[in-house]
Amino acid sequence: MPGMQKVIEAKDIVTSFGETVIHDRLSLFVNKGEIYGILGESGAGKTLLLKEMIMLLKPTAGEMWVLGHKLSEIGYQDAQMLRRQWGVLFQFGALFTSLTVAENIALQLKEYTHIDPRMCDEIVKTKISMVGLPARAGALYPSELSGGMIKRAALARALAMDPKLLFLDEPTSGLDPIGARNFDALILELRELLGVTVVMITHDLDSIYSIVDRFSVLADKHVVAEGTLENVLQSDHPFVEKFFKNEYAKKRLEKRVEADVQ
Amino acid sequence: MSGLGIIFFMNHTYLHLETHADQTVIHAVGEWTLYNEPVIEKALAKIQPGQKIIWDFSDIESFDSAGVLLFMRYYEKFKTQCDVKITGYSEEQERMYRLLLKHRIKEAIPERSEGFFYRMGKSVYAGYQVFLQFLDFTGHILVSFLRYFVQPRNFRYKEITYHIERSGASAMLIIALTSFLVGMVISYQSAVELAKFGADIFIVDLAGISITRELAPLITAIVVAGRSGSAYTAQIGAMKITEEISAMRTMGFDPFYFLILPRTIALMIALPLLIFFADIVGIMGSMFAASLELNISYGQFIDRLQEVLSVKHFWIGIIKGPFFAMLIAMIGCFRGLLVTDDTESIGYQTTASVVNSIFFVIACDALFSVILTEWGI
Ligand SMILES: Nc1ncnc2c1ncn2[C@@H]1O[C@H](COP(=O)(O)OP(=O)(O)O)[C@@H](O)[C@H]1O
Ligand SMILES: [Mg+2]
Repeated sequence: MPGMQKVIEAKDIVTSFGETVIHDRLSLFVNKGEIYGILGESGAGKTLLLKEMIMLLKPTAGEMWVLGHKLSEIGYQDAQMLRRQWGVLFQFGALFTSLTVAENIALQLKEYTHIDPRMCDEIVKTKISMVGLPARAGALYPSELSGGMIKRAALARALAMDPKLLFLDEPTSGLDPIGARNFDALILELRELLGVTVVMITHDLDSIYSIVDRFSVLADKHVVAEGTLENVLQSDHPFVEKFFKNEYAKKRLEKRVEADVQ
Repeated sequence: MSGLGIIFFMNHTYLHLETHADQTVIHAVGEWTLYNEPVIEKALAKIQPGQKIIWDFSDIESFDSAGVLLFMRYYEKFKTQCDVKITGYSEEQERMYRLLLKHRIKEAIPERSEGFFYRMGKSVYAGYQVFLQFLDFTGHILVSFLRYFVQPRNFRYKEITYHIERSGASAMLIIALTSFLVGMVISYQSAVELAKFGADIFIVDLAGISITRELAPLITAIVVAGRSGSAYTAQIGAMKITEEISAMRTMGFDPFYFLILPRTIALMIALPLLIFFADIVGIMGSMFAASLELNISYGQFIDRLQEVLSVKHFWIGIIKGPFFAMLIAMIGCFRGLLVTDDTESIGYQTTASVVNSIFFVIACDALFSVILTEWGI
């Protein structure tokens, strides 16, 4: 699409730990308002790439741009401002264990804004309900939640500040299939209503088929295929073959096409 | 609307207000977002609705969930007072409104705060539970100990030697420093008093007995409690949070065999050795101070030491080692197992572990004193 604004751009990213090279001159970009997927085998370096986008890890070489900032040269103030504009859902939730779910969600609201307690409570409750948790879950501590509930609570926390950018590390893994589809629907809705740009690491075929606009496939330290589903399917890389061209994936795809036609 | 009916204009950063005779027009402008919400709220609170309100959103720049929730609150309030008409909103804004309306639950999040008496009762009961658990733990450790000797092939030499190295050998530097200093201080302080009576040489008796019998064991135990007792609590506590302990249990690895006994046995071996080491360094410290302050040569000091320091004092100091070690290791491991699912409890239990073990070491030392004095040793 013409006139698209790049929200994230990774240029020639190299990541290595001593001798082990995880990314070797990897590049990709994410457009504004897009739901962008990152796909790849376990250990392909997806989480590391995400960590480099959110300034938890510095790439060994290469340049990362996020919302117009060059991360290698960003100052402290800019970095803090940038951190307020995104929400991150970690692979294992990373909720603060000594706070309840409601307190986890309210944390940034209380720290960064001057809203009154009533509005804060209202926002917290809305977010809790949006991610599909009952109000009473707000009073629970993370250790009292199931795996799926942790994911939802962590998403609610990531959404607390109405971020412009949302990073999700395997959001639907560990959810039941119905919960996973609701999750997808919610993300889609947020994108449309709030114009959020979403970067999600996922293995979920249904998410890839139904909500992801463009995605990249990480394998052999590179992006081996990139673009819309149609673009990626043209690749003959072994991982793409294995992931998309098995019977199960094909059936799923046919169903999606049928659903589109109807 | 012609200009005729306009009575009053009010311009605000986020609200433009037109007050007519029969209606109020609210123009929402600018960014109705989280950061601006408190200011907008103040402006909205001042509005006195007339007969009719027209609320226009055509000039709004951005609208996030805080803005929409605020709108909802005042929309509902105004609706109870007069007629409200909303105009100029986009389709997205309407959908956002509907989404938030759907998720705007009236049900309150239950409170978790508890009353004073409730908390007091709870903490007393918790203390009682900890006591019971400690009895259970002690019994468990005793049984595992016995089983170890019945089936010596279960003995975990590798872990034990590892922990002897970690808790014993690596503690030598800090123990050398502290006991050297304490030995020196003892000599210095008593030198002045002894010199007044011309009893200079008695410094050897005083330092020799107090260091070997009391000071070296206590100092070593306190340093080890701070170093290794806390480490045991933190390690085992972290393993509880990550559910490593549960995983071990399901695989049939009894944490008592794999984690607790190796640490306890290692410390029971290491601590007497450390006390022996502290004896030597402490006496060296007092020798050093004695030669500086009282001009007692090293040779004189050592000759006198051999004369006056009976070996029983040395043995009493060493014998305390395994007892102190057992207290430190058991309290450290027990506190580790008490860690619950939140990270804050690691900090709490680690502190408690060090405080408890130092207290019990001193209490145990006092018990030794009483018993040995009664026996006349
Ligand atoms: N701190 C580290 N030191 C060395 N290797 C690491 C480190 N962190 C991650 N790795 C390696 O990097 C690879 C990619 O990890 P990750 O990004 O977590 O994978 P995934 O794609 O499954 O999210 C893995 O092979 C992992 O072993
Ligand atoms: Mg990962």
